[in-house]
Amino acid sequence: MSADTTTPAMVPPRQAPPPPTVAEKPPRGRTAGGAGIPWLLLAPCLLILALVFGYPLVRLVTISFQKFGQSQLWGFQPAESVGFDNFTTVLADGDFWAVVVRTIVFAAGCVIFTMVAGMLIALLLQRVSGWVKTLVNIALVASWGMPIIVATTVFKWLFDADYGILNALLSKLPGVEMIGHNWFASGPQGLAVIMLLVVWGAIPFVVITLSAGLTQVPKELEEAAWLDGAGAWGVFRHVTLPILKPIIVMLTTLSVIWDMGVFPQVFVMRNGHPEAEFQLLTTYSYDRAFVVNDYAQGSAIALLTVLLLLGVVAVYMRQMLKIGEAE
Amino acid sequence: MSTLTTPGPTPVRRKSKAGWNLLGLLVFATAGFPVYWMLNTAFKPAKDAIDPDPSLLPTGLTLSNFSRALDIADFWGPVGRSLIVSLAVVVIGMVVGMLAALAISRFAFRGRKIVIVGILAVQMVPLVAMIIPVFLLLNDLDQYDKLSGLIITYLTLILPFTVWTLRGFIVNIPRELEEAAMVDGCSRTGAFVRVVFPLLAPGMVATSVYGFIQAWNEYLYALMLLSQKNQTATVWLGNFTTKHGTEYAPMMAGSTMMAVPIVVLFLLVQRKMAAGLTAGAVKG
Repeated sequence: MSADTTTPAMVPPRQAPPPPTVAEKPPRGRTAGGAGIPWLLLAPCLLILALVFGYPLVRLVTISFQKFGQSQLWGFQPAESVGFDNFTTVLADGDFWAVVVRTIVFAAGCVIFTMVAGMLIALLLQRVSGWVKTLVNIALVASWGMPIIVATTVFKWLFDADYGILNALLSKLPGVEMIGHNWFASGPQGLAVIMLLVVWGAIPFVVITLSAGLTQVPKELEEAAWLDGAGAWGVFRHVTLPILKPIIVMLTTLSVIWDMGVFPQVFVMRNGHPEAEFQLLTTYSYDRAFVVNDYAQGSAIALLTVLLLLGVVAVYMRQMLKIGEAE
Repeated sequence: MSTLTTPGPTPVRRKSKAGWNLLGLLVFATAGFPVYWMLNTAFKPAKDAIDPDPSLLPTGLTLSNFSRALDIADFWGPVGRSLIVSLAVVVIGMVVGMLAALAISRFAFRGRKIVIVGILAVQMVPLVAMIIPVFLLLNDLDQYDKLSGLIITYLTLILPFTVWTLRGFIVNIPRELEEAAMVDGCSRTGAFVRVVFPLLAPGMVATSVYGFIQAWNEYLYALMLLSQKNQTATVWLGNFTTKHGTEYAPMMAGSTMMAVPIVVLFLLVQRKMAAGLTAGAVKG
């Protein structure tokens, strides 16, 4: 069992080699002969996923190797294979690389701010009085539950150039005149606002999950570390952090995946037409497909995004499999 | 030095707690402000909303923004469609997801691990990446601009996490309970229906509410797979701009109408969900 969990357990093509390992631990208290039952139970789920996920995923790959525009969409022309043409076009495009870098910086910023702020707030919640904790929890859950579209709309209003509350408040500071300042005039500033929106929406999940984890850190261990002369940082670094590690890995990988997939926030914030300076991989792929009507290039970009994420996904999978085993 | 004089840390603790509390209140104010400002704008007279020197406190209470929001574009049509889609997704997702969760939590079979990896992998691909082929698929199946098309698409959004959370809830119910029922003469199905199912009910409610919220909040697919006349609630809000430009006060009223029911639902189930999502996480 422990050997099972330590191996990088996620590489798919290993159906054949280890048949006995699974059979070794027979289902406790289950009569044999039920081998078909689990598959029967799984069938509907797998069928649906195969239809609306598996098939489109295959299609995504094939389209990215084809010429696929308006006329192929409506069936006027058959889609013909063009090999790696779409990829070479995309990869040779300077815009694409600018978008890749921007996406990575944006996602990294979101993830780091989310995790650090989330951790700090979770630790803070352990130290405040009960009523403060309740208040913070209410605010967090309310912002967690806000539909993304609503949150985006609200942020658009907060940062409005002429009537937004933020500019009005900033202008109250001596020597600052922000009324009329357009936060979305430049890409970096606008994306910073969008980052704030993403982080604001992501923190509650992180805080609540980490808080749940923190309650499981044995008090005796912390006290022992205190007695051995560790400072607050030492206790955190050597006691709390190692215990929380599985949760932190899970949260970080999930955040990377979510923040690389940010779409509606940018799309709605820029009224459905993000400017070149605002394009992230997701909007860029969308743009290529549905604005330029080059579905093949759009698919190629989407596929490259997924490939970019694979490493992160591998880490996440390992963690989740460990959890799946540890039942 | 102080270690010699103070017998316990209490006096220091008390003093520092005030500092922590202050910091906590600051977090509360920052995190809650967008929500507060949405409500504040929604209920204030429209002319106060475009005051260049806005007051942070409520300036009056009016419902006129709400009636304006309802006037600008049809509200109940999109809401009705969102309801149909989300409910259908949840019902189908729960039945299908429950069966799958049972399979991976209560049976040991060859390929179990691969199935788990496969189901989790679905979650890993950003939805946006799949929009092109899904669009083409529904186009081929003649399901473009149909609610049924959107429903089946949303199942991929709901299923992986439904299966995974339900698995977490099922795992927490000891097998021995089922086994005892079977010893007492229940069939396996009987044992499940009479013993496991009742214990699972709260978890199922939480999972379905969470799934409902996910489906309700989805924007991109709703935008791409349905035409203007079939738009859902999120798209309705996303397009909330009139010929006079953006009317922010009614827009905040619209946002409030969309958000409040969802936030309330969320408050009801969030504790349960957090427990389900992290079940077993620390043990590993």
